[in-house]
Amino acid sequence: MADVVGFEVVKPGLLALLQDQGRFGYEHLGLSSGGPVDGCAFTLANQLCGNSQRATTVEISLGGFAVRAQLHTTIAVTGASMGLRINGEPCAQWRSHRVAPGDLLELGYARRGCRSYLAVAGGFTVAPQFGSTATVLREGIGGLNGTALVSRDLLPCEASLPQPVLQLPAVSQPQYPTARVLRLVLGYQHLAFADDQLHRFFTSEYRVSALCDRMAYRLQGPSVTASLQGMLSEGNCLGAVQLPPDGQPIVLLNDRQSIGGYPKMGSVLAVDCAYLGQLSAGDKVRFSVISQFEAETIAADTARASLCSAIIACK
Amino acid sequence: MNTESLAVDAVTATIEVAGENALIVYLGERPSAVVSASLFALAQALKQQLGKAIIGLTPSYASLLISYDLQQSNARQVTEAVNEIVTTLAPGSQQDGCLVVLPVYYGAEVGLDLHSLAQAKGLAAKEVIAIHQQREYRVYAIGFAPGFAYLGDVDERIAAPRLATPRQQVPRGSVAIAERQTAVYPAQSPGGWNIIARCPLAMFDPHSTPAMPVQVGDRVQFEAISRAQFLDLGGEL
Repeated sequence: MADVVGFEVVKPGLLALLQDQGRFGYEHLGLSSGGPVDGCAFTLANQLCGNSQRATTVEISLGGFAVRAQLHTTIAVTGASMGLRINGEPCAQWRSHRVAPGDLLELGYARRGCRSYLAVAGGFTVAPQFGSTATVLREGIGGLNGTALVSRDLLPCEASLPQPVLQLPAVSQPQYPTARVLRLVLGYQHLAFADDQLHRFFTSEYRVSALCDRMAYRLQGPSVTASLQGMLSEGNCLGAVQLPPDGQPIVLLNDRQSIGGYPKMGSVLAVDCAYLGQLSAGDKVRFSVISQFEAETIAADTARASLCSAIIACK
Repeated sequence: MNTESLAVDAVTATIEVAGENALIVYLGERPSAVVSASLFALAQALKQQLGKAIIGLTPSYASLLISYDLQQSNARQVTEAVNEIVTTLAPGSQQDGCLVVLPVYYGAEVGLDLHSLAQAKGLAAKEVIAIHQQREYRVYAIGFAPGFAYLGDVDERIAAPRLATPRQQVPRGSVAIAERQTAVYPAQSPGGWNIIARCPLAMFDPHSTPAMPVQVGDRVQFEAISRAQFLDLGGEL
């Protein structure tokens, strides 16, 4: 049997997780979808390496991550700017790089945004569980063994032949401002909120609290409460905005529980959830309403744009 | 496999927007055997009709959350499919879920709240144990954690509120009651339900197929076993 090679984790940083696009079709067992919080940056990292959107990447939250290559291949880092260095030399993110055995890839701490994605040509070759390699810590499922990466973990992948160096031009790179408007499709339960509550929700600024992770972002600000009591638990979709009795909004993200019983205002667009996931405690958000039809159009446009994105070959 | 069928007079579906690529269908105001069976049938039919356009289906007490791929479908098409399927559900009949019997050890060393629950309800512990086994429960929902099945309805005589302070660690396999629901904790986790017994079977095993012995819509009955049988079946004390 040939020795398994790939990248050895030198420093896992605060939180590094293997993620593919997510685990779908197992909600009935109570499984979260997992997957990249910033699906846009994830997709671009894979595209820069010539991968499909199904390839497994590493999602690095907040930074402080380092790996050593054991083979010849192509890598790319997208998402939050973390000051990528290869063998100590500063290297551009949003661009593919050729690496050789022994090369050290390091990421510092996030300066703008908080999650970045490391992709490798062909993806990391990890056995899927329930059809996906996405790591969901709360469930102990996915990744190498259901946990976050630790030092000395080996991220297996295959050597790849040189390919054209690709980059996403600076003008097309997502910016990660610390304040955002989150567009929301109203759910029917918004009828359980009186007019003054709705007005407050859509005109107030909310602050990202310290309780913000892959499961949910809890927000702080003017409280908004529903008249609805004793709801039956029901399925939660990505971006659902729950308003528990304390009136502080909770936006549910990838590792959300599959069902829940708090009244919901509606759901934030997936593309805006990706931006929300780049915010940290203290950052600001507001909500705006968007019709479901407009949301469908935006989602379709986003999907199309990512299929023929602005990536170009470097000269 | 149980083949008992349920007569359904009429199933009315309320379809609401949940998100940019998600709709939620309510088949009733409150959970019941008919609603559960109809949700199950609706989910199966949707999978057949829409195939890969369906990303996920999350059944719960009286609702089904449907998320779909906007590259392949949209709200209008999914709504049409749901409406069409619902007319075939009524006034026909559906198969009831499977009956799954779960062996349970009601020993004092594992039924951590059995004594206090019995006291609070003015019953002897053995009466609580007997009442818990008398009913067939319906799997209304699965969530909270992988494999955590919400079973109902528990007899009023043994219904009890959640603990004032949840436990940090509820042992794996614990059988517990909260209000009119009962459940088996599939893994060690924090929890606030009243623990009355322990089940030796794995309620969630990612390495076996199926990963769970029950699914939403199934029926569950608990059957008392001895300490020796519990250990024989792989139970841990």
